[in-house]
Amino acid sequence: MLAITEFLQANMTMIYVLVLAVFLGFELIGKVPTVLHTPLMSGANAISGVVIIGAIILVRSSSSDDYLALSLGCIGTALGMINVVGGHAVTNRMLEMFKKKK
Amino acid sequence: MEEFINLGYLIAVVLFIVGLKQLSSPKTARSGNLLAAAGMGLAIVLAMIAPMERGDNNYVWIIAGMLAGGIIGLVSARRVAMTDMPQMVSIFNGLGGGCAVAISIVELDHYQGMTDLSIGVHMTTLFALFVGAVAFTGSLLAYGKLQGLINDNTLKIPAPTVVNMTLLVAILAGIAFRAYAPTEPFFWAYLILGVSLIYGVTFVVPIGGADMPVVISLLNALTGVAAALAGIVYDSQVMLVGGILVGASGTILTVLMCEAMNRSLWNVIIGGFGGSSGGSAAVEGNIKEISVSDSAILLGYSESVVVVPGYGMAVAKAQNEAHELEKLLESRGVRVRYAIHPVAGRMPGHMNVLLAEADVSYDKLLDLDDANNALSTTDVAIVVGANDVVNPAAKDDPGSPIYGMPILDILQAKQTIVMKRSMRSGYAGIDNPLFFHEKNRMLFGDAKDTLAALVSEVKNLG
Repeated sequence: MLAITEFLQANMTMIYVLVLAVFLGFELIGKVPTVLHTPLMSGANAISGVVIIGAIILVRSSSSDDYLALSLGCIGTALGMINVVGGHAVTNRMLEMFKKKK
Repeated sequence: MEEFINLGYLIAVVLFIVGLKQLSSPKTARSGNLLAAAGMGLAIVLAMIAPMERGDNNYVWIIAGMLAGGIIGLVSARRVAMTDMPQMVSIFNGLGGGCAVAISIVELDHYQGMTDLSIGVHMTTLFALFVGAVAFTGSLLAYGKLQGLINDNTLKIPAPTVVNMTLLVAILAGIAFRAYAPTEPFFWAYLILGVSLIYGVTFVVPIGGADMPVVISLLNALTGVAAALAGIVYDSQVMLVGGILVGASGTILTVLMCEAMNRSLWNVIIGGFGGSSGGSAAVEGNIKEISVSDSAILLGYSESVVVVPGYGMAVAKAQNEAHELEKLLESRGVRVRYAIHPVAGRMPGHMNVLLAEADVSYDKLLDLDDANNALSTTDVAIVVGANDVVNPAAKDDPGSPIYGMPILDILQAKQTIVMKRSMRSGYAGIDNPLFFHEKNRMLFGDAKDTLAALVSEVKNLG
């Protein structure tokens, strides 16, 4: 248990950011018209692709003969990129349809 | 250099926040998506150029992965039909979870033999592995179900709640054990991964029917959480905030969807819409069919018509024909509006997207409350491929599994027409007494063909 509290202590700023972000997330989309539920879900989904940053950091910080890290990291960047690019592109396509008329 | 990088990450986070905010309002939604995308692009560039303490950069591997992923993502996003959008979102989401799994496994591998490994970091990584794995297999299964590759009725597990609880406890115990005993064989990490992947499947298996969108939204929130956990591991604020924003907003969206169906999240997760309709009254009676030309006369000479679209319209890609019929009827002086149930289709807003694609004007779309008000003064309510959202059993039959769900009460209209391919029950597998109601007529056939036939019949009315 001590180890956990020490970990929390050492990462207090992160914990603060986390807690504030939770509240921010709840508040940000408190009321959304049903029309936008699907695009919003899709847009949020694209943002969750931010995990790709982790894959990039992982590959960059690995040594060039660590093939497990390189190959899994490479797969990770590909998967993350599909999530990011596909997610934003699909969201944009949906929203374009609303734009056509006024 | 370092300080500019961190400032840049802060800008990326602000772009995410403003983007999400704008995405929740119709006027700004499009620019919101672009802002969030810009934030993501900025974060990726910064992650590429930030100075690293160790490692050989290995840019070739990163760029190869990004190019492959970028092209696959862009092409599939361009090609996918609007009707298949929910599955697409689900699979994109699952791949994000897969990314979290890939990086967590490598990190865990690196932890082996580390003497100064903190239990907190180890545990966070194990949690990222677990949550990412559940989001991965869960989303892929949701994709399979929505795409029709996997049938709800053939894939079943006995006592799903017991199985799921057992797996969940086993995973949590495994994570705690592994974090406190990092010198045990690495096999443990794979075991946790394996059981988490299985849990993702067993978590989604019992859920079906109208609940699929709720699950996708929930899995979306999970991927966000996995990204945030990985953010703690990498000490990256942009991952932490981005992930948590998605986790929180996804949870809110999930709850909103459950509210629209008048069910609790727990009820959805343990799979309330099982195949057995329990004590629900058996529906019996005769159905009355109506021909296309009679329907055309009925519609053409009424004053006000409400169209109730559902997943059947999406499958038949009949939104353009619906719009054509609407224009034609309007030119005859008939007032036409669309009643959109919050969970019609496979995702909230699914019908709005489809009708917007067909150029239907935004102000013709009525939400649940407005629609129910309008229906009392409606001559004909015509149901295009919807079923569960107009099932009066939700109002009248306490034994029905969907009892309590708000529905479009179309029997308030003077006459109802239900367009359906066959007498098969809806996605939730529940009988619909509406079909047997004396006010109702059935118009069998493919939605697209039938609507096209209606259009030409109405034209002939002169």
